[in-house]
Amino acid sequence: MTAFVSKALGPIGRLGRKRRRSRLNRMDGFQWVLTILLTLLAVFMLMPIVYIFNHALKPYHELFIYPPNLLVREATLQNFSELFLVAANSTVPISRYLFNSVIITGAAVVLVTVVSALCAYPISKHKFPGHELVFAAILLTLMFAPEVVQIPRYLVVSYLGLMNTYPGHILPLLAMPVGVFLLKQFIDQIPNDLLEAARIDGAGEFTVFLRVVIPVCMPAVATVAILTFQSSWGNIETSSLFMQDDEMKNFPFFLSTLTSNQANLVARQGAAAAAALILFVPSLIIFLLLQGKVIATMAHSGIK
Amino acid sequence: MLNKAGSVAVKAPSGRVGLKKQARRMRAKGLFGRIWQYRLSYLFIAPFMLCFIAFILIPVIAAIGLSFTYFNAIEAPRFIGWQNFQYLLSQDLLFLKHALPNTFVFALIVGPGGYAAAFLLAWLITQLPEKSRRWYALAMYTPSLTAGIAMSIVWLPMLSGDRIGYLNSLLLQLGLIEVPKLWVTDKDYLMNSMIVVTLWSSMGVGFLAMLAGLLGVNKELYEAGKLDGICSRLQEIWHITIPSMKPQMLFGAVMAIVATFKAGAIGVELSGVNPTPEYAGHLIINHIEDYGFIRFEMGYAAAISVFLLILMYASNKLSWSLFGSKEGE
Repeated sequence: MTAFVSKALGPIGRLGRKRRRSRLNRMDGFQWVLTILLTLLAVFMLMPIVYIFNHALKPYHELFIYPPNLLVREATLQNFSELFLVAANSTVPISRYLFNSVIITGAAVVLVTVVSALCAYPISKHKFPGHELVFAAILLTLMFAPEVVQIPRYLVVSYLGLMNTYPGHILPLLAMPVGVFLLKQFIDQIPNDLLEAARIDGAGEFTVFLRVVIPVCMPAVATVAILTFQSSWGNIETSSLFMQDDEMKNFPFFLSTLTSNQANLVARQGAAAAAALILFVPSLIIFLLLQGKVIATMAHSGIK
Repeated sequence: MLNKAGSVAVKAPSGRVGLKKQARRMRAKGLFGRIWQYRLSYLFIAPFMLCFIAFILIPVIAAIGLSFTYFNAIEAPRFIGWQNFQYLLSQDLLFLKHALPNTFVFALIVGPGGYAAAFLLAWLITQLPEKSRRWYALAMYTPSLTAGIAMSIVWLPMLSGDRIGYLNSLLLQLGLIEVPKLWVTDKDYLMNSMIVVTLWSSMGVGFLAMLAGLLGVNKELYEAGKLDGICSRLQEIWHITIPSMKPQMLFGAVMAIVATFKAGAIGVELSGVNPTPEYAGHLIINHIEDYGFIRFEMGYAAAISVFLLILMYASNKLSWSLFGSKEGE
């Protein structure tokens, strides 16, 4: 079987060997072809981002062209001034919505990564009684359609008295089974010997977790942080279901009210386009920062 | 002799009972002892588990309970036993003729396809020089980052049914078709369009996890593999890369299953009407939303989602066993 594969793949194999020889100094043919192909694909995939940036700068007569223009022709900042005008006239200042969003997202990102990692570590490495049951429950609930749990979840939140409070925003986000599942899969890969060695050196469980497990799993932690940021920054659900006071709602909710409840589809579209850009930029920055961390830590990760 | 035997016979059971009792006591003590021994582990999982139980487990159990009731979200639920499930599997023609087969077709193509594409792209990115990797990762992840906007800007104009639509005008110019095709409103094409668009946007969590996993594969293994006679990239992938990132592959598989079975909005977004033309893009999730939020039959909607859960669980088991066998090879 192996011989057959290597015979069938002879040419590619030779290419691979050639690559190895020259890998230290420059890119080889394979990488050049790959770069060109991936760049073409990347340009196609990146179109939405280019569009978001250009759309926010379009004057009204360009906003409604169909099919939409990717690039703006006469760039203007009038959409942003319209957004500020709308914000100045709203009953709750826009800064309050932004403040809520920042507080909620910041707390969610920190707490979710910590709480998920704390949960994933014993499930993977401690084999305590019931760890299989816990993991099975987490996996199974991942598969349940979110639509039908909305009513029971609303009842739980109101029963716990979390309506119109910050915990009402944050606590439902904390229960993110995907994070635990992802981290558990990465912690599975850490050799037990590494943890044993740390314990023999006199480290307690918490020190092992903090000094060995977390640094080695940094790529997974960064991935969970990216996911959490995305889900909490754009989250409208908790604002519309659990918050009745306007002061407690978040920025994406404010954005969604800009264009809904309007008599026509034209009004405030410019402000909405500007707001969409403001909403999107933090996601982009966070993704680039954390993804860079994934790639950087991988280069010098602790496992050998 | 008889007496002796009798006494033995009497004694033995009592002794055995005593032993059993003792063993049971020991075991109970052992279990509690073990739980106490692992108290730190429980402390570690407590914060997550409390939130998980409150906001996920209880609602899910409540929803499973609701699936045995008639519940219209206003009156109190009324218990009706298995009736919801009986109706679902024997009389609900929309479900049996459209939602179920559509979901199967959709999941069978998009699930494995998206999974393979995510792995392939993640692997290709790791073959690039380190500096540019992050930008390509961003590009591939864009559809997940921009969600709805990506749909309205890229795909709706492209698949538009008139001759202005990018795809139609291109094909018309090339002379491949004579009349513009209704890519998203014709029932024959809608499913294909849905599959293409979903594949395009399938670089989600699984992709990120596989990318991180690929970058984490120990470089020394490749050197060792080279000494053992592995000389092509495909062999490298098969013998070294995949076995050493099995946890991430498994994660990717589960997330692919979850994502494809939970997809629903795509058909409505593309065709712009709900329900989709002649139910061509009607998936199980659409069916759940239909009954849950349009007809307000929450009990029946809950029953459908329990059925969906069983379906996902079964395919999950299948992928788990597939990856289990690969280990034995």
